[in-house]
Amino acid sequence: MRPNPLRDPRDRRIPRLAGPCVLVLFGVTGDLASKKLLPAIYDLANRGLLPPGFSLVGFARRDWQDADFAQITHDAVKAHARTPFREEVWLQLREGIRFVQGEFADDAAFDNLAQTVRQLDAERGTGGNYAFYLSVPPNAFPVVVQQLKRSGLSSPPEQQPGRNRSWRRVVIEKPFGHDLASAQELNAMLDAVFPPEAVFRIDHYLGKETVQNLLAMRFSNTLFEPIWNRGYVDHVQITMAEDIGIGGRAGYYDGIGAARDVIQNHLLQLLALTAMEEPLSFAAESLRAEKEKALSAVQIPADLAEGTARGQYAAGWQGGIPVRGFLEEDGIPADSSTETYAAIRLTIDNRRWAGVPFYLRTGKRLPTRMTEIAVIFQRAPHLPFDATDTQELGQNALVIRVQPDEGVTLRFGSKVPGSAMEVRDVNMDFAYGESFTEASPEAYERLLLDVLIGDPPLFPRQEEVELSWKILDPIEDFWANHDKPEQYPAGTAGPPSADEMLARDGRAWRRL
Amino acid sequence: MLTDLTNTTTGEIRAALAKTRDQMGGPATGVVLNLIIVTDESGQHDAVRAASQAGREHPCRVLAVIARDTRSTSRLDAEIRSGEGTPGQTVLLRLYGPMSEHADSVIMPLLVPDTPVVTWWHGLIPAVPSAQPLGLLAQRRVTDAARARAPAEALAALSAGYKPGDTDLSWTRATPWRSLLAATVDQELDDIFGGVVLAEEHNPTAELLTAWLSSRLKAPFTREISAGPGITEVRLATTGGDVVISRPDGRVATLSRPGQPDRHVALQRRDIADLLAEELRRLDPDEIYGEALESLESVAGIPAAPG
Repeated sequence: MRPNPLRDPRDRRIPRLAGPCVLVLFGVTGDLASKKLLPAIYDLANRGLLPPGFSLVGFARRDWQDADFAQITHDAVKAHARTPFREEVWLQLREGIRFVQGEFADDAAFDNLAQTVRQLDAERGTGGNYAFYLSVPPNAFPVVVQQLKRSGLSSPPEQQPGRNRSWRRVVIEKPFGHDLASAQELNAMLDAVFPPEAVFRIDHYLGKETVQNLLAMRFSNTLFEPIWNRGYVDHVQITMAEDIGIGGRAGYYDGIGAARDVIQNHLLQLLALTAMEEPLSFAAESLRAEKEKALSAVQIPADLAEGTARGQYAAGWQGGIPVRGFLEEDGIPADSSTETYAAIRLTIDNRRWAGVPFYLRTGKRLPTRMTEIAVIFQRAPHLPFDATDTQELGQNALVIRVQPDEGVTLRFGSKVPGSAMEVRDVNMDFAYGESFTEASPEAYERLLLDVLIGDPPLFPRQEEVELSWKILDPIEDFWANHDKPEQYPAGTAGPPSADEMLARDGRAWRRL
Repeated sequence: MLTDLTNTTTGEIRAALAKTRDQMGGPATGVVLNLIIVTDESGQHDAVRAASQAGREHPCRVLAVIARDTRSTSRLDAEIRSGEGTPGQTVLLRLYGPMSEHADSVIMPLLVPDTPVVTWWHGLIPAVPSAQPLGLLAQRRVTDAARARAPAEALAALSAGYKPGDTDLSWTRATPWRSLLAATVDQELDDIFGGVVLAEEHNPTAELLTAWLSSRLKAPFTREISAGPGITEVRLATTGGDVVISRPDGRVATLSRPGQPDRHVALQRRDIADLLAEELRRLDPDEIYGEALESLESVAGIPAAPG
């Protein structure tokens, strides 16, 4: 493509805009579509980031007309959009909304879909550019992908002289398999239809401002990088706590569990970003290369019984409300050995991190909803104070709060006012909400825009997915052959074995 | 919460600011910006309201400087507002007598340290914003040529006195048009050899847009008069035919390309709070604005500034 003279890197008022295209959404009746995807599409339109003629096609089993789907979209936007509702933006979006009814196995429905998008090309000038968003259960991936191939939707036509080359992209959500073998199988299936650069794997954590800020913080400052190593860091804790139970996800969750659901993707991605070396640039290739190096260097504990812990929430009180235990949830067998809490201790075998443990934990029905990366530093080698003066001094810590209340906290010791020399921990706080002239966009806004523009740095590649499974598979095997997960009352911070795991190292989890 | 201080000093204002902050919940008010508004009694209400709306996105300390009777003796009255649904604090400063010539000496002690300063002239435009005492304090100086009695002349004067860090809201108004045009040219494979910008009379945004298009595309663009509102049409003449973006109602634009279906896109005119919010988003010099100002002269069809 030749350069556009109206664009200039110095001109930062002009946003990146997607070219003309159609977004085809499979699974429009799901929760994700109504709470996140449809509102994000409206927010993008409202911010002027969608191209003229942008069109949205919903595909589902429901017996709907275009107008029904438009109404559903309208309701979802009104209820969940981040930006204010504006009639003219909605009308522009509304013009491009279509609905195709059918089963995934139904050839005629996909032929109908193909006809619908071609019609949109003719009516709205979408230029043959289609993104397929598969917000459907993973067992439906193969049939949908095969249908896209059969109906000719998956491959763009040959480039016509005097026209821009059109593109096809496919977006998939986790889980990317449930172990290494199934991830490879999924990939082979996608690979047969779409080239690797056309596959976008969404991990919505990577779309969050704080996670991208982790890179800015590490690599644009002089302050942190010199101490970002085994010489100063004692250990790292990466936590994703949820206060909810499994809700209506029993069918998916049973047999999957917390580790596959959260550690394999979100937590290991956060670990990679925390531990990786400086990339050559922020281009997708360089970023992924460094993440892959970090993940390749990860070692699991030699003794899995001591270096891992898992639990299941039992009935209890969560936030003042009595809740059921996991085994009593609808659709969960009473003898299920699926874990709802998982903690593992990993090390990274390289010069920067040798000997520094990375503790990862995630769980449901914990006291609060919270995701953070906490880098805990070593104690000062010598304290020129009386022991009693520093009794309340803990370890310095840098905490990256991913959600909620996005920001960074730095904890260090400070003198308590008064005549005695007494040192106690204080916090220095940076909150995203109050430090910028711009509100943070939702992760899905950023990621959807990146898909439509074709910009991949924030999407994990197949290699990263496989590396993560290589870390998790032996742990899952070990768990499958051992005792059932330990029960922990809902509303508490997890099973005792997780606390013991850290206590053995002389450490403790941060309070949730 | 409102605090009224008459015949006061900057020391008293500082003490009152610290006190209200403590009462509103401690030192946690993260102010990200000092915004100085230079206005008069008739314009202060609208200006401060726009600033506090923009301040919802980013808390700032707003310091509104209102010049009063210059013939009286020097006196300073202050009105401190905080809370009221917006983060940050607003101070209305009324300067009487010779003191109004030395507004910078009043403002300086009231700035939040380690925090950027923006000065916004809501009303009369100084010929050289960066030469003004209140402009010297700021890293970003915002004017609005559209509010001048003769916008084209005001723009010409701003062009002559331009220093990096200057910016004008009539340029901010061009952003949605510019991003739509940039996206349109992204898809363009034919050569663009000229074009037209149609807008109502006395619309400095249209002059800047014309200047920007001709200098970036290195092709002649003319500015023509329509009934408005605002900019109503931009036409790009290409070797494959005219590409036209028209917006007759100030709300929804239609993009027409030869051999392709018409496309609609929302392109609404924005209110002053929106413009200010965009302006405060980036605080480094806007070089592209400087270049557009520079090429104003070379644009044919722009009404020449009389005198």
